[in-house]
Amino acid sequence: MRTEIKIGGFGGQGVILSGYILGRAASIYDNKYATMIQAFGPEARGSACSAQVIVDPNIIDYPYITNPQILVVMSQEAYAKFSSELAPGGILITEEELVNPINLRKDVKHYSIPATRFAEELGKKLVVNIVMIGFMTAVTKLINPEAMRKAVIASVPKGTEDLNLKAFDKGYQYGLNVVSGKSN
Amino acid sequence: MKADPKAVLTGAHFLDGDHACSEGAIAAGCRFVAGYPITPSTEVVERIAERFPLIGGVFIQMEDEIASSIAIQGAVWAGKKAMTVTSGPGFSLMMEHIGLAAMTETPCVFVDVQRGGPSTGLPTQPAQGDMMQARWGSHGDYGIIALSPNSPQECFDLTIKAFNLSEQYRVPVLFMMDECVGHMTERVIIPPAEEINIFPRRFYEGPRDEYLPFKPDEDLVPKIVKAGDGYKIHVTGLTHDEKGYPVMTAAAQEKLIPRLVNKIKLNAEKIIEYKEDNIDDAEVVVVTYGITSRVAIPAINQARQEGIKVGHLRLIVVWPFPEKRITELAGRIKSFIVPELNQGQIFYEVERNAYGKAPVYLVPHAGGTVHNPKDIYNAIIKSLKGK
Amino acid sequence: MDEQILEIEESIPVNPIESFLRTDRIPHIWCPGCGIGTTVNCFTRALETSGLDLNKVSIVSGIGCTGRVAGYLNLDSFHTTHGRPIPFATGLKLANPELKVVVYSGDGDLFAIGGNHFIHAARRNLDMTVICVNNSIYGMTGGQVAPTTPIFATASTTPHGNFEQPFNLPYLADSCGAVYVARWTAYHVRHLTKSIKEALAKKGFSFIEILAPCPTLYSRRNKLGDGLDQMLYYKENSEIKHGANTKEVALEFQSKIIVGKFVDRDRPDYLTLMNEHYQKKFGDKYTPYKG
Repeated sequence: MRTEIKIGGFGGQGVILSGYILGRAASIYDNKYATMIQAFGPEARGSACSAQVIVDPNIIDYPYITNPQILVVMSQEAYAKFSSELAPGGILITEEELVNPINLRKDVKHYSIPATRFAEELGKKLVVNIVMIGFMTAVTKLINPEAMRKAVIASVPKGTEDLNLKAFDKGYQYGLNVVSGKSN
Repeated sequence: MKADPKAVLTGAHFLDGDHACSEGAIAAGCRFVAGYPITPSTEVVERIAERFPLIGGVFIQMEDEIASSIAIQGAVWAGKKAMTVTSGPGFSLMMEHIGLAAMTETPCVFVDVQRGGPSTGLPTQPAQGDMMQARWGSHGDYGIIALSPNSPQECFDLTIKAFNLSEQYRVPVLFMMDECVGHMTERVIIPPAEEINIFPRRFYEGPRDEYLPFKPDEDLVPKIVKAGDGYKIHVTGLTHDEKGYPVMTAAAQEKLIPRLVNKIKLNAEKIIEYKEDNIDDAEVVVVTYGITSRVAIPAINQARQEGIKVGHLRLIVVWPFPEKRITELAGRIKSFIVPELNQGQIFYEVERNAYGKAPVYLVPHAGGTVHNPKDIYNAIIKSLKGK
Repeated sequence: MDEQILEIEESIPVNPIESFLRTDRIPHIWCPGCGIGTTVNCFTRALETSGLDLNKVSIVSGIGCTGRVAGYLNLDSFHTTHGRPIPFATGLKLANPELKVVVYSGDGDLFAIGGNHFIHAARRNLDMTVICVNNSIYGMTGGQVAPTTPIFATASTTPHGNFEQPFNLPYLADSCGAVYVARWTAYHVRHLTKSIKEALAKKGFSFIEILAPCPTLYSRRNKLGDGLDQMLYYKENSEIKHGANTKEVALEFQSKIIVGKFVDRDRPDYLTLMNEHYQKKFGDKYTPYKG
């Protein structure tokens, strides 16, 4: 089935890289098709920016997303701008300390993670995006986690692979705990 | 001839269309690129600038698109394969040199990552508004070839094809991308170099004193030499004879210009490439190219699910246009639907070749994004409900 | 009878520059009294003594009367589009650095429509020689005002006289970084020949301005007599001043003409800089570019 994912945040949070890793994991390491489109123009440089990714076991025709089943937001502005686009019954993933999900729709499954704090604990706030996609991998089960790990290693700057893998695993483990907690 | 294994990045990549185009050019043997920054094409030359120093290529950022579009022609006459890259406003500036390349039969590739126009328009958003400009933009009569990719994989594959066709027919080949395809990231498989076929330049190999630079072979394409080989060639944008000398007479024009047109026209069946789906039983045929060929699929699928016999004809080579095929289809189908990100360009070409035997419906779009597939679906339904 | 004719023909001396010309294209299109042919003569004589392998010399022209030079020279020759010989030459040179590339064009071609290319090629110090025949006018299109037309001079598009400031070409070339800058007139054939030879031997962007009469469209319209009168004027009013400050060599209507070699300096050319830069950057991984 075609799954549409939107990742939103502000410039500097690594929003585009998150989308890139997700698409790369799906299409290169997980035997699926993926199409990533990034928002260009002024909105990519500063306030709310976004990456859109489509993941599909079959070839992808229409290249844009319309109503994402998965929305990952790392800023309040991105939440305000994009949350209405979420498909009915969709999954909303938020950065716990940066996003207050006001007027949250009842049909939405909401998961949150203090990713910035975790990233800081790992010694580098920059890896917040990797914590987020680790968490997303666990709660959505859309992509094989090993494929995601390979894509992380292949996509981050040389010399930062270990740190980024730790960040991914931190988010992933936290996600597994949240999901099992919820299912309990 | 095969690609250079030292330069080809064999493997599976997650690349955007612009970068895939750069890799296609490198695989095709392009080692000279001149360009000028313009959104949304700039990523093509950025990757070229990154890659070229270590594979023996030269990239130069020229002072404008006019300069870029002729610097590549100088490089070709010195023996390199060459390309320039631009978008709408820059493409407009290059028109005179598309004519020069056509007139002097200089093999080279012009990449146009189409954006919304006219003028500055929508720099960061897609359109397909340059399709007729690609065909007719320079003054006078001449033949060209234009390709239209719909994915990063095709940006790689068809850039190689663009270079090969330019060498085979000694024409400028226009690579008509659009912002959506250029900025879309997908899996791109780059094959091993030995699996990439390269059409070598048609260098003259006969007796030196018998060489006539513009004397055509049987397929109407002349053999080339390069500066420095001792042939002392003369190359001019003026009407010229087989020697390359200016002859400004009606007779010389009559000998040269029809050949420049016919070398594409008479070889068209060999050049044309399109892809058909569900054509055999089709009552309605959707004619698409570029990104619109993907956007139309959900509409076609929906209609077919409802029992409507819709076929899909997707142009990969847009120029020369598959005139015969459109005429054949027109004789047996109920209608054509042509969605494009413009106010009607290829639509008129379909209409012209349908000769009134089947109505042709345009699904226009001003650009900025792609069609809503519903609009294409509605056009399919409407076309059957009576004209 | 036949033998006699043959003998007579053999006794006709061959023009010493004939081997440099595409004789099958002669007669040329230039008017009587035009200075372009004289400059071509100087160019071929410079080539003759330059020691260059003529198979490796390419000449590139734009459009206009001087733009036709490429078509008469027996070299690899490229007659490009209006204003664009320099970017064409840029591609030619960068694609094969073995070639000696000469751009030969007019003032309108190089400095109006092609001005942007000139300043950038000089800035980059591309290894090429640019020869500009300056006849103060657009000749081929019928005598319109050019960026070199002196103030007060009359042209077909300035029928009441020109009031636009013209370029001082040596100063422009100098300030953009050309390594060799000279000006001569069509009268100074020996100086010019020597100067072209020097420019051809110079690595980097060399520039020579040659003032030449256009009797048909400039001299006549400005009541300056015929081609010969212009040559006399050049003879009597030129002052050779090697090393002159290029700021001070601007031309005015029928003013004194400062000629000479104004600039001769050394500066690494584009490809040298490129190779040095990438060698520093990439070390052994980089193979110096030779084309």
